[in-house]
Amino acid sequence: MELRTSPADTPAPRTSAPLLDVEHARVGYELDGRLQVAVEDVSFAIHPGEHVMLLGPSGCGKSTLLKTIAGFIEPAGGSIRLNGRTDLSPGPDRAVVFQEFDQLFPWFPVERNLTYPLRVNGRSKADAARIAAEYLDLMGLSHAADRYPHQLSGGMKQRVAIARAMALEPVLLLMDEPFGALDAQTRSRLQRELHEVARSAEATILFVTHSIQEAVYIGHRVVVLGTPPSTVVEILDVAHLSDPAAPEFTDAMRHLRSLLSADDSTAESATFE
Amino acid sequence: MQQTATPATGPPDGAARARPRRGGWAALPVAPRRAALLLLILGVWQGYVSLSGVSPLLVSGPADVAAAIYAGIADGRLLAATAITLQVLLSGMVIGMALAAVLTTLASWSRLGDDLLVLLTSMLNPLPAIAILPLAILWFGLSTTALVFVITNAVVWPIAINVSTGFRTVNPTIMAVGRNIGLRGWRIVRDVLIPAALPQIIAGLKTGWAFGWRTIIAAELVFGAAGGQGGLGFFINDARYFLRTPEVFAGLVTIALIGIALDLVFTWIERRTVIRWGMKST
Repeated sequence: MELRTSPADTPAPRTSAPLLDVEHARVGYELDGRLQVAVEDVSFAIHPGEHVMLLGPSGCGKSTLLKTIAGFIEPAGGSIRLNGRTDLSPGPDRAVVFQEFDQLFPWFPVERNLTYPLRVNGRSKADAARIAAEYLDLMGLSHAADRYPHQLSGGMKQRVAIARAMALEPVLLLMDEPFGALDAQTRSRLQRELHEVARSAEATILFVTHSIQEAVYIGHRVVVLGTPPSTVVEILDVAHLSDPAAPEFTDAMRHLRSLLSADDSTAESATFE
Repeated sequence: MQQTATPATGPPDGAARARPRRGGWAALPVAPRRAALLLLILGVWQGYVSLSGVSPLLVSGPADVAAAIYAGIADGRLLAATAITLQVLLSGMVIGMALAAVLTTLASWSRLGDDLLVLLTSMLNPLPAIAILPLAILWFGLSTTALVFVITNAVVWPIAINVSTGFRTVNPTIMAVGRNIGLRGWRIVRDVLIPAALPQIIAGLKTGWAFGWRTIIAAELVFGAAGGQGGLGFFINDARYFLRTPEVFAGLVTIALIGIALDLVFTWIERRTVIRWGMKST
């Protein structure tokens, strides 16, 4: 469907200033009072409308990097700029979808899980209800609006979390392996849904994954990180690839697999799908 | 190996519960099962009193006890005694809850506060609350203040322990979501931290009430023996002194009924909240 030369699926032209600009960022987390460097040096940019995937072996610091961009962790070096701003305290302009199923508020039914954050951010009651209904419909959740989270399956919970994050209309949607804990079937169904929804909503996404297939399928570009303390191994353009049966798709997956195996000689690479 | 041949007389185990046998005792709903047992116990009790010739000064039958409760309500003595006891309990509970709130707030703010709470609870929680009654009498005399002091001490530690454990073990993801959607300061405490810790908060209050209830009855019995004024413990002691045995039993039944009522209140709150939200299993 999409040809390599066709710009049909490629996001906004890169002439505009980047939305997110990561320059020589060094990130890590505190462990027993000492800084554990997870990412030594990483630079990339995200432009409006792009889906950028962070791919790497477990422990490479991709989640830590996402949490730093979300504002939960201070960067240890370099700079991370969002629309030119370096003060990145956590906020709904970078709504996060986590991997854990228990990220929903268990004391609210599904609908209030969406309206409550909207009300916190100054929407009127009527506005919040309208926006929530719209995103519940978009994620195919309208029938479950009155259920409590504990009455939902894992896949449904992740759909609610995605709907909640998107309803906030973040400038950058952060997704931290949102499908990592799902079974294979549910996972590929949600990948397909996200692919469609994100494209129609023109969302800008930073997506952390350790699945090569997921990275090529959902992403416009894949930032490949090595073993910790990691650096960028390669940034691969996969914007034109969305048909998993196409030979180019398989080629891109093979290329990424070889990058990850070359960087890491341990058994870790065997876990890549 | 031969266990399967043994007739099941006890309560059904997991497997039997999963597939109840039709027609048996276990097939009846819980309310009639309990009502039938209660009637049986009352019947045996009344039968013993009527037929064994035991002195009515030692054991009263259910009929006499019911008459004593009715008379106590009619002339207001039992109601007044109950009201006094509940009032003292409530005062102690309110002060205890306020103290627990202050302590847990300090504990979540600073390491020093946390250390203080851990030290105080590990020292004072294992101490039966009634044990400090002599000290309370020494300080405050045979007064309501002494009772409130003892009750406060009985309720503050279980509440503080449970609430601070609840706060400490809140799922970090849900707190991260709270910050991510833009909640800060008091609002994240009120809208995320407290509801997320609600199962432990309710458990703490439940234990606090139960401890407080046992302690106040014990304290009042001591007070009654020492000639103090009028709660349920005093009512029982007074009745014993004048050999009004049915009234002794009436006081005990009242204490049990209020204990059950308090428990039902908490069960009702849990059903409406944490059980409904799937945060605590039934």
